[in-house]
Amino acid sequence: MITVPVSVQLLLPSVLFLIGLLGVLIRRNVIFMLMAMEIMLNAAGLVFIIGSSLWKQADGQVMVIFILAMAAAEVAVGLALILQVYQMHKTVDVDQLRELKDEQEQG
Amino acid sequence: MNIIFYLSAVVAIYCTLRAVFHKHAVHALLYLIVSLLAVAVIFFVLGAPFLAALEVIIYAGAIMVLFVFVVMMLNRGEAAVQQEKAWLQFRTWVWPAVFVLLLFVEWLYLLLYQPPAVAPAGSDQPIMPQQVGEALFTRYLLGVEMAAMLLMAGVMGAYHIGKQKQRSYHRYLEEEELRSTASEKQTQQVI
Repeated sequence: MITVPVSVQLLLPSVLFLIGLLGVLIRRNVIFMLMAMEIMLNAAGLVFIIGSSLWKQADGQVMVIFILAMAAAEVAVGLALILQVYQMHKTVDVDQLRELKDEQEQG
Repeated sequence: MNIIFYLSAVVAIYCTLRAVFHKHAVHALLYLIVSLLAVAVIFFVLGAPFLAALEVIIYAGAIMVLFVFVVMMLNRGEAAVQQEKAWLQFRTWVWPAVFVLLLFVEWLYLLLYQPPAVAPAGSDQPIMPQQVGEALFTRYLLGVEMAAMLLMAGVMGAYHIGKQKQRSYHRYLEEEELRSTASEKQTQQVI
């Protein structure tokens, strides 16, 4: 076990989360945005692990297992959606995927 | 042990940055895998060996392989790299980066000047898989069953969405399409 102060430990997931947030904001490719979301989920899991090691309880690790299951389900559905969208529109650019936008506002 | 934490933290942050800013999808994925492995090392150092193993198996193994498969199936090649280069210009990322940096400064202030509450002193042992399993299948049993349902829904949803659908036009539209392609062929032959 390590003796790094908790605030310094918590800096790492916050940096990772913000990098993931930056990735979602600046990327236009859907695959990269999904990757950045994975980074953010992973950072959230890291916070749970730090809490678990701080309080010496297993509950945090249980939560990370749930996050893993959630991430797996989300990625499976998300990637299937990306494949389908690519087949229909031949693009992965989020700015071009505006089928749901109102017709009158486009002018 | 502290030096391991700092080293893996540096590796994780560097590789995540490279993953987010890289133009080539496969290279970005490989950087992300290295970052996830570094995070797994940190899990281990923090006394969660079971979760470190799960991180390597599920995140770096299964989920990233899914991403690699999809990038492979899209198969966009060199044109995609050029497009990413065109999209990822300085003026695209500078303002989001400034705001994220601002958020980071706030976070830094909160963490360093109002440190989190000190936990009660406990044993210095890592939390072994037995304890995690015990908690998982006693107190969190309902959560496990809900996760199972979520995974089931995820599998079914991915199967149904990802399935190559048969085009189900109306018969009339189908005939029209056939006629138009036939006329195109004729015009091509004429040309």
